[in-house]
Amino acid sequence: MSGAECSRMELLLQADHDGELDVAATAELAAHLMGCAACRERQAELAGLSQRLRSDVPAMGASELLRARVAAMGVARPARVTSRRPVMWGAGLALAASLVLVLVPRGEDGLLDAIAASHIRALQPGHLTDVVSSDHHVVRPWFDGRLDFAPPVKELAAVGFPLIGGRLDYLGGRPVAALSYRRGAHVIDLYIWPGEASGSEMRSGYRVLGWSSGGMRLWAVSDAEPGEMEQFRRSWLEMP
Amino acid sequence: MSGFAEVVLPHLDAAVRLARWITRDPVAAEDVVQDACVRALQYFPSFRGGDGRAWLLQIVRNTAYGRLARRGRSAETEMDEASLEVADPAPDPEAMMQQGEAMGQLEGALAALPLELRECLVLREFEEMSYRDIARVTGVPVGTVMSRLWRARQSLIKLQAGAAS
Repeated sequence: MSGAECSRMELLLQADHDGELDVAATAELAAHLMGCAACRERQAELAGLSQRLRSDVPAMGASELLRARVAAMGVARPARVTSRRPVMWGAGLALAASLVLVLVPRGEDGLLDAIAASHIRALQPGHLTDVVSSDHHVVRPWFDGRLDFAPPVKELAAVGFPLIGGRLDYLGGRPVAALSYRRGAHVIDLYIWPGEASGSEMRSGYRVLGWSSGGMRLWAVSDAEPGEMEQFRRSWLEMP
Repeated sequence: MSGFAEVVLPHLDAAVRLARWITRDPVAAEDVVQDACVRALQYFPSFRGGDGRAWLLQIVRNTAYGRLARRGRSAETEMDEASLEVADPAPDPEAMMQQGEAMGQLEGALAALPLELRECLVLREFEEMSYRDIARVTGVPVGTVMSRLWRARQSLIKLQAGAAS
C-alpha cells in the first residue's frame, strides 16, 4: 500500500478500465488491488465518472442539413465529369425531373414547410451563404461539382434585389441550390432544382412563392411584402 | 474502393461531437465539420481504406484548431495556456460555474477542462477510441494520451467530489 507503488499503478488502473491492458499487467494490477483499498476506490471512481459522462452529458450529432451536404459532396464528384458531356447530362436532368414529379404531389405540403424551415435556419448567423459574392460569375461556378444540375444564377441588383451569395441546401430529399438576395432589411432565399413549381402560401410567417422556368422549379421565401415578392419573381423571369 | 460518402457519413456524428468539444460552440462545430469534409474530399484519393474514423477526426481536429488559431488570442487560447502553466490542470472554478449554469454540471466541468485534456477524454469516453487512435487524431505519443486522460479524469473526479460534499 505504498504511495510509490500506487502511483505506478495509476496508468495500469486506467488502461484496465479502458480495456487496453495486456494479460501480464492485468495480473500484476489484480495482485495489487487485492491488498490496496485506496486503489480499489480509484478504480470505482473511474468507473463512476465514465458512467456519469455517458448518462449526464447529452448526446449530440450532425444535423440533417450537414449530413445532406456531406452526402452531396460525395455524389457531386462524378457530376463534374458528366457536365462536360451535354447529352448524358440532359438525360440525367430528365431523370431527376421525372423523379421529382413522381415524389412531389404527396409531399408538396411538407415541402413548403421545409422551405420555410430551411430559410429560418439559414438566417442564423454564419449560415446564410457558403459562397459570398454579388457576382454571378463567382456564384454560378461554385455550384459546379456540388450539384448534378446547373442552377441559373441571376444578378438583380439593378432592379433592387442585390445578390448576397449562394449555398447548398437540402429539400425534397435532394441537394438543391439556394441563392440569397437582399431587399432592404429583408432576405429573400431562392431555392432551385429541376422540376416544376407554382403557388404562393404563408408558412411559419414567411411567404413561399413558386414558379417554373427552363426546366427548373424555383421557390422564393421571405418576410418581404407580397408585392415585393411578386416583383422579385417578375424581375427574375424578365432578366435574361 | 468505397465512395467518399460511405467512408465519411458513418462518422459524421463523431466528427460533430469532437468539433463541438474543441470549439465549445455548436454552430461553429457544424461549420468546422463541413470545412473538414471539403478537405477530406480533397485528400480522399490518398485515403488507404480501413477505418475512416481516425482519418476523418484527425482532419476535423486540424480544421477546428485552425479556426481557433484564426480567432487569435481568444478566451479559449488564453485560458488553456494559463492552465498549462500551472502544475494542477484543474479548471478555473469560476469559469466552470458559469459554464455549469447553462449546461449540466458535469458537462460544464468537461467544457472547462484545458483543450488538450478535453479532446483526449471525449474521444475516449464518447467515441470509445483506442489509445492508438486517439494518439493518431491528436498527434501525440500514446504515453501522452494516457497521462492526459488521467489528468482529465482526476480533475473531473475531484470536482465531483467537491460538489458532493
